[in-house]
Amino acid sequence: MNTDLLIKMANEISEFFAGASEPQQAARDVAAHLRRYWEPRMRAQIISYCAERHGAGLTDLARHGVELLQAESAGQGSRA
Amino acid sequence: MYAIDYEDLGTPPSESADGVTVEIDGRALTVPEGTSIMRAAALAGVSVPKLCATDTLKAFGSCRLCLVEIEGRKGYPASCTTTVAAGMKIRTQSAKLGELRRGVIDLYVSDHPLECAGCPAEGHCELQDMAAAVGVTESSYAPGGRMHRPLPQDTSNPYFSFDPQLCIVCSRCVRACDETQGTLALTIQGRGFESKVAASEDQPFLESECVSCGACVEACPTGALTEKSVIRLGVAERAVATTCAYCGVGCGFKAEVQGSATQPELVRMVPAREGRANHGHACVKGRFAWGYATHKDRITKPMVRASIRDEWREVSWEEAIAHAAREFKRLQQQYGRNAVGGITSSRCTNEETFLVQKLVRAAFGNNNVDTCARVCHSPTGYGLKNTLGESAGTQAFDSVMKSDLIMIIGANPTEGHPVFASQLKRRLRQGAKLIIADPREIGLVRTPHIEADVHLQLRPGTNVALLNALAHVLVSEGLVKEDYVAARCEGDSFARWKAFVGAERNSPEASEAITGVPPAAVRRAARLYGSAGNSAIYYGLGVTEHSQGTTTVMAIANLAMASGNLGREGVGVNPLRGQNNVQGSCDMGSFPHEFSAYRHVADPATRAQFEHDWQVPLQAEPGLRIPNMFEAALDGTFRGLYVQGEDFVQSDPNTHHVSAAMEAMECVVVQDLFLNETAKYAHVFLPGSSFLEKDGTFTNAERRVSRVRKVMEPLGGYEDWQVTCLLSNALGYPMHYSHPREIMAEIARLTPTFAALTYEKLDRLGSIQWPCTADAPEGTPTMHVHQFVRGKGKFWNTEYVPTSERSTSRFPLILTTGRVLTQYNVGAQTRRTENVVWHAEDVLEIHPHDAEVRGIADGDWVGLTSRAGDTVLRARVTEKIAPGVVYTTFHFPETNANVVTTENSDWATNCPEYKVTAVEVVLVNQKDAWQKRAAVERALPRAPGRRRDRAPA
Repeated sequence: MNTDLLIKMANEISEFFAGASEPQQAARDVAAHLRRYWEPRMRAQIISYCAERHGAGLTDLARHGVELLQAESAGQGSRA
Repeated sequence: MYAIDYEDLGTPPSESADGVTVEIDGRALTVPEGTSIMRAAALAGVSVPKLCATDTLKAFGSCRLCLVEIEGRKGYPASCTTTVAAGMKIRTQSAKLGELRRGVIDLYVSDHPLECAGCPAEGHCELQDMAAAVGVTESSYAPGGRMHRPLPQDTSNPYFSFDPQLCIVCSRCVRACDETQGTLALTIQGRGFESKVAASEDQPFLESECVSCGACVEACPTGALTEKSVIRLGVAERAVATTCAYCGVGCGFKAEVQGSATQPELVRMVPAREGRANHGHACVKGRFAWGYATHKDRITKPMVRASIRDEWREVSWEEAIAHAAREFKRLQQQYGRNAVGGITSSRCTNEETFLVQKLVRAAFGNNNVDTCARVCHSPTGYGLKNTLGESAGTQAFDSVMKSDLIMIIGANPTEGHPVFASQLKRRLRQGAKLIIADPREIGLVRTPHIEADVHLQLRPGTNVALLNALAHVLVSEGLVKEDYVAARCEGDSFARWKAFVGAERNSPEASEAITGVPPAAVRRAARLYGSAGNSAIYYGLGVTEHSQGTTTVMAIANLAMASGNLGREGVGVNPLRGQNNVQGSCDMGSFPHEFSAYRHVADPATRAQFEHDWQVPLQAEPGLRIPNMFEAALDGTFRGLYVQGEDFVQSDPNTHHVSAAMEAMECVVVQDLFLNETAKYAHVFLPGSSFLEKDGTFTNAERRVSRVRKVMEPLGGYEDWQVTCLLSNALGYPMHYSHPREIMAEIARLTPTFAALTYEKLDRLGSIQWPCTADAPEGTPTMHVHQFVRGKGKFWNTEYVPTSERSTSRFPLILTTGRVLTQYNVGAQTRRTENVVWHAEDVLEIHPHDAEVRGIADGDWVGLTSRAGDTVLRARVTEKIAPGVVYTTFHFPETNANVVTTENSDWATNCPEYKVTAVEVVLVNQKDAWQKRAAVERALPRAPGRRRDRAPA
């Protein structure tokens, strides 16, 4: 998928939660939103991008959220 | 002419709870205080002759036919305007009354002879009936007197004609236009013998202010105002109760038909008096614009083609279904299980959308299902679920009659939801206050007898800033209902929100730079909203179709919670849904992340329930949304799509992008009435069935589930739900239902909010608002009465984030889009009716200042360009639009406004940002290259037997 579009979408999600919650909670909210609404291949792509490009283009909060998502995925992977 | 099976009680019912006992022709009965003698008599089974009275309109007392005698009173009062009193003894028949009534009828027939043969109302004419009732067969007056004939008919309206020779000047049409529709387009012009019905300033109906709702036609007691279909076909023989398939008001209708049961012909559609969404009213679309159902463009045979550049080939149903199933299986085998998906339609029934999402989840084995609500009200679902706990509006439409203040945000009810608009106007004429927040001067800002108390004419894209400013006034001026909030909402989220909106940056003064709305107007609106008593918010796509659509819905919910305006009649948060079954398609589990009743696919208990019932393992991960499907198609991981009743190539934004994605797919199956724009990219076409050709249910904007009943057999041979079953069976996942009632039984079994809903109950009650459960077996008109569905209401801080779509020197104007009364959505239905008389093309509204600096005059061709694309349409220069903003509709593929709209979308739901596109407008003298190309494509061979010559390049 178009990575630029995924970055834009993740950043817009983070802009809402940045105003709605405290920073730690906001990162968890971003991760939860991506987990609940993004199809797995979209999540995999943004996680992969974030890891490879160190989150370039993502807001700090979006990057933090994606990293939490990545940690969750890794945790689930290690438990599997 | 009223519905053929309608019994008129003469005057409207009284709302009084107190009873009054009277005696009518020796029969004692008790009726509510305030009831007219005429209605009381009708309730006692006594029919009093009448002509100007009808129970849908206030008593008028002009025809003097309904006179009665009351013991102890002098004279002969009119029974329609005289109300009952305790102990009253009334006689409806006497020699004197008979003489008086014959005199009245004699006068009528002196000018309107009982020459009934050939009259379109023959057999259903109230004058004819009354003459017979009082024993008059002809006029006793000598011939040669002055008469209203010959007079020319007014046949200007495409759907009805006015024959003044048949008019008895009873004023029912005028009163229907005033009281029922609220347009006040008709009047009685002149005095005495010169009195006549006139539209606007004595203009032909078509050129007048008449909105062609048909209320006058239905109210006419003679053949003076008659549907042209009745003139052509004659009066119907029987009626089938059903539900309109246009907007989200969901009007109840009687489809009046004639002919055999196997080959009936629709004569007319008559709004149902018992319809609880419409109470016997209708609009120009629902009442008249049904001709598309038998239009010559209907495709009634399945077709296939190997490539979208090939000609279509008509095939049998068996071959088409087998081909589609074979292709979907091939794609899944070749590219993986998640390489295909489906799209449900908000125009189809609950049962049909439920089956399509079931096919995707159970037969395809993935969650790649979405619905056209993605592009309209998906932010409503997300926003209300996360604040109040349920993804639906909170009220019944009737609730508006108890509102003291009505705030309309980003909606245009007189165009988009006209029947509800008539009810709303009725309440406004009774004195309710009105606030409108809209970039345009919509009709309700100033209309006969109504003027908005405040019009907040904000800049497109600034809803959140405006709502935060309104909330700031509530908080800073002590208008928050602290007790209500303390009892019903989360304390910590409220405290955070209060501090947030209370900040100076959210004040009306600070927000003016963003919204363009004067602070005094914002403060006035907030004070009205916060102190009116019962304040209700109604909103539409002007709220949801923004990059902050969901944030806006949350801000609206915040405002309603803070002011205590939820949980009773007269208040609430009310999304006005665009299409007939937007609410239903969402309820039925059409979104890729949730099953019916908005339960996430990751929830193990819910998934286990569906797996047990459907006997198949289900995915726990969300699937692709519609725009995600396009992206995945372009990168090659999504290859096949089953589309039922949806035309997203015309309706979705950034047409070039959508078209490229569609071209990238290997198997697109379109099930529809017509070869629409999406079908240009299809490989299999399956004929759809119109709402007249199937059974099922629709759910309207007030959560009201109503029956759709089959009036005629499907032209293509199958109802839409049957086609989905055929495809599923061919895919190897069996679906065997003999009737949609069995699908509804499955829905009820698997959907908590539908648990107690059955077809039998719908037949008995007429319609039911969900939740319909053991605790609320007859439904729930008002939500959140004792507590919010989620428990405590949750406030969300709604920071304003400007859209990335900004006006620039290259694109200095902001385009916003909407719809008009006579056309519907992509126009596939209404463009194939006489409604094109009113709106034959999309036009661009532009302010005189913006037009002048560009050298544009009214009616000029103008080029509309954005970073996404360009199109050409005609300009309409008007002050209804603010400087810097332009507006158009999206009803015509020839214009296709969505060539211009962009891929920007709501942060939470990906609902497209249709309402804000930076554009430039220039004067041009020819159509755009895209339009020329599209015109050529439209002229290419389409379906067998429908070939057209190739257009010159």
